[in-house]
Amino acid sequence: MNLKTMNKTTRSNMVTYLMVIIAFVIVQALVSSGSISSSLKGQLVPICAYIVMAVSLNLTVGVLGELSLGHAGFMSVGAFSGVVAAICFGQTIENSVAVLILAMLVGGCAAAVVGVLVGVPVLRLSGDYLAIVTLAFGEIIKGIANNLYVGMDANGLHFCMIKNTLEMTDGTMLINGPMGLTGIPRIATFAMGFALIMVCLFVIFNLVNSKSGRAIMALRDNKIAAQSVGINVTNYKLMAFVISAAMAGMAGVLFAANFSTVVASKFDINTSILVLVFVVLGGLGNMRGSIIAATVLTVLPEVLREFSEYRMLVYAIVLIVMMLATNNPTLKNAIGSFTGKFSRNAEKGEKANG
Amino acid sequence: MEFLFNLISGVSLGSIYAIIALGYTMVYGIAKMLNFAHGDVIMVGAYICFFATMRFGMPPLAGVLLSMAVCTLLGIIIERMAYKPLRQAPALAVLITAIGMSYFLQNAAQLLWTSSPKVFQSVVGTINGQTGIALFDGALSISYVTIVTIIVCVIIMVSLVTFVNKTKTGKAMRAVSEDKGAAQLMGINVNTTISLTFAIGSALAAIAGVLLCSAYPTLVPTTGAMPGIKAFTAAVFGGIGSIPGALIGGILLGIIEIFAKAYISTQLSDAIVFAVLIVVLLVKPTGLLGKKVSEKV
Amino acid sequence: MKLRKKIALGLVLTMGLTMFAGCGGNDAQQDAEQTGGDAAAAIKVGGTGPLTGGASIYGLAVQRGAEIAVEEVNALGGVQFELKMEDDAHDAEKAVNAYNALKDWGMQLSLNSVTTTPGIATSELNNEDRIFGLTPSASGTKVTEGKDNVFQMCFADPNQGSASAKYISEQQLGSKIAVIYKNDDAYSSGIYEKFKAEANALGLAIVSETTFTTDSQNDFSVQLQDAKNAGADLLFLPMYYDAASLILNQANAMGYAPKFFGVDGMDGILTLEGFDTSLAEGVMLLTPFSADAEDELTKNFVAKYQDKYGEVPNQFAADAYDCIYALHQACTAAGATADMSAEELNDLMVEQFTTMTFDGLTGTGATWSADGQITKDPKGMVIQNGAYVGM
Repeated sequence: MNLKTMNKTTRSNMVTYLMVIIAFVIVQALVSSGSISSSLKGQLVPICAYIVMAVSLNLTVGVLGELSLGHAGFMSVGAFSGVVAAICFGQTIENSVAVLILAMLVGGCAAAVVGVLVGVPVLRLSGDYLAIVTLAFGEIIKGIANNLYVGMDANGLHFCMIKNTLEMTDGTMLINGPMGLTGIPRIATFAMGFALIMVCLFVIFNLVNSKSGRAIMALRDNKIAAQSVGINVTNYKLMAFVISAAMAGMAGVLFAANFSTVVASKFDINTSILVLVFVVLGGLGNMRGSIIAATVLTVLPEVLREFSEYRMLVYAIVLIVMMLATNNPTLKNAIGSFTGKFSRNAEKGEKANG
Repeated sequence: MEFLFNLISGVSLGSIYAIIALGYTMVYGIAKMLNFAHGDVIMVGAYICFFATMRFGMPPLAGVLLSMAVCTLLGIIIERMAYKPLRQAPALAVLITAIGMSYFLQNAAQLLWTSSPKVFQSVVGTINGQTGIALFDGALSISYVTIVTIIVCVIIMVSLVTFVNKTKTGKAMRAVSEDKGAAQLMGINVNTTISLTFAIGSALAAIAGVLLCSAYPTLVPTTGAMPGIKAFTAAVFGGIGSIPGALIGGILLGIIEIFAKAYISTQLSDAIVFAVLIVVLLVKPTGLLGKKVSEKV
Repeated sequence: MKLRKKIALGLVLTMGLTMFAGCGGNDAQQDAEQTGGDAAAAIKVGGTGPLTGGASIYGLAVQRGAEIAVEEVNALGGVQFELKMEDDAHDAEKAVNAYNALKDWGMQLSLNSVTTTPGIATSELNNEDRIFGLTPSASGTKVTEGKDNVFQMCFADPNQGSASAKYISEQQLGSKIAVIYKNDDAYSSGIYEKFKAEANALGLAIVSETTFTTDSQNDFSVQLQDAKNAGADLLFLPMYYDAASLILNQANAMGYAPKFFGVDGMDGILTLEGFDTSLAEGVMLLTPFSADAEDELTKNFVAKYQDKYGEVPNQFAADAYDCIYALHQACTAAGATADMSAEELNDLMVEQFTTMTFDGLTGTGATWSADGQITKDPKGMVIQNGAYVGM
């Protein structure tokens, strides 16, 4: 393939793939040579999870043009179901990579199912009303997960809600209500995170460039015009929404499998908003921007540690200044030369939202 | 009797949501932005009133007025610095800036006033040593704070509706809300109008903060965050942008929350509140009193 | 137009900078405190805790309590410590980041985490990296379970639950018991579960069990009404004092006056700014520490803390203070020096902690079991005339 003969979008996508691969190779080299701080090393998997969250949310917000404030809810569904699956599979399968892949599939499927359940009714709404319903959904997931008890003994899995009524003699609790998941096998690796990012990018880029993708973007840009040419609103909206949910679910599994404990309250509105910040800062519809924004904003609070208690204050100021700067017309024109696509897409996405 | 008790508790809680929701809906209605920092302006308002009355011994009313003045100023400063430069930017950019502002206010409050909880003295005094009206020989009681909150809510609602519908500035606000460009062509100063909206919204936040902490007296830097989100929910419930809708939405939300706790499950009460919200929005997609937006082709 | 925007941007920056300047003096002072002692020959002690956000009151208390102890210990001239606390915002993910940052700094001994959920995540790392951990206040059992080198200074949650039930039963404080607990909090629900099991075993009748969450921590009318309707004469409140103060307030407004029984999280209620202490009259609590105690150790600590931070220390600060002293005692006994690796120190500490007896602010004659849990006597306290009195 010749770079010059490719169309602009393909070239831009290739650049994104290449960027991720190069970043992976460099970081991997640094890790194996031991010249990376444990602080950064510990963040590699969460960064991967957040990148997947950001690109998947970008599919909903940037490509589909609907504001979602409950993306962490899908992450939660994925994390909880995926980890339970990982523990079950872990008993029979030795290979931790295989276990993680299976867990991710389970987590992704569970999140997709919930995505359909949520998407069918709520995608009839739009704008801020859709936003508040997704927020509400995220809070409901949190409420349910906080009251879910799952235990495992010789007879298999046991579930119950609200009160822990599981009476197991020799079993272990997997999900213990508000105490969340404990004893998670820490099988997530940076390489798996990288692989997940690549898979998600591949899916999103191919979707966006397909017939379905064009239909989805047509809905974003002008719903009525799209409807008039026979595009099925519900189907295409649901398609983007569910794919986005499934990816968030897989990110949830990756995230949870990196820590020995995960609680439901982690996946609250603050996490949803955090991911939204990545998306908006990176540019709506711009996957490369999301990747960069997710990485920078995840590392930033750690870099700011030297400010000790002023850390989060500085973070807030940096966030505001970044938003002001990226939306400053003068600056925008200056950087516009190489990110011209971003601003156009952002405007498009916005029109559909406004 | 238990039902009545729960109803009263629900209205008490709901009146607090309502008063916060009024500020939310006011700003949303005119400036068309979700001001996520509203809950944190509420917190600042409560702190100002706390320090004025507890540390400097000012009378409660003076404390409230001072806190309104400070919040109005704060609202204008926030608007000028963080939101105004983004007037032409996408709505989502403003949303993120508002979130940044919310983080900023919370963290600044923690540094300035520490995170140890302060116990707020109710600005609503006692009558004969009683904090509320006792009914049925003391089996039930309605606290004065609730009564004051509801009265204040209604006063604010009526004056806001009158202001927006009857005065010239109100007319300008409605024009800006309909179409910024056209309003500007008609000689309306859009920037001033929006700044004024923020000023009013922030003054309302101060009142809400004082009443919130009078009813639930623990004051910490995150005091405003969750009530802010619940009130936002209430505003959407009632139809965001609709001023009477905020009042009704707030009170209904409070009642639903208390009933869910009392009759279904205290564990799942929040989930139930949000589930009811979803159902309502599915039946009435623009909230209870929201305007139906016809799609332009 | 352009100019105005630039000005606006400039203003935002100056606003930020002035915030720094305003608090700058304080910052420098704290930095100096953090690096107390001779850096070259000091053992590096690190810990994570919520220094920002909703739970920051606990993290800051631990930081301050530990700082005072480090200063005192270093002044003794024996084993020197250098303390560093990193912010985890009460979140497992951020706690792991904070832990790793401390590892980069060269942490040799760890105070693990202040709260339970982050503690579970970081104690796993403590165990893997062979860095000895002594948590001041992460009281969940999962923090120490299965880790041979993580120890607790506070009571494990279940111990508080069963101790409370036993105390209520022995002293015959109530026949019908109601419990309100915080459903999404590991501390509160951990105590509740054990309390319930123990109460059932002892034949205590629990007539009402209701919950609240962080998001609904305002209104307790339903929970109190439920307890009142059930005729409960004792209300058990396994929670922190901020929520408890609201419950006392609302119970009073409702005219409901059962006996209130709290756990160590209740300590601090009397020093809440603006709290009407008459509401807490007769409240009983089981706590290892009270700021009103008359012994020299407590008086000295409380005076220093107030002098430095203008607040009365709560049990978190006291636990942290004890942690440093316990580490100091163990290091001295084992002949530990600052040039030892974390792993060497770890083995020495594990050996010491499983055999030594420690006297501190939060109890005398404390010992640790091999699984990391502490054994010390909680003191029953009752609030009379705005002060704790031993029961």
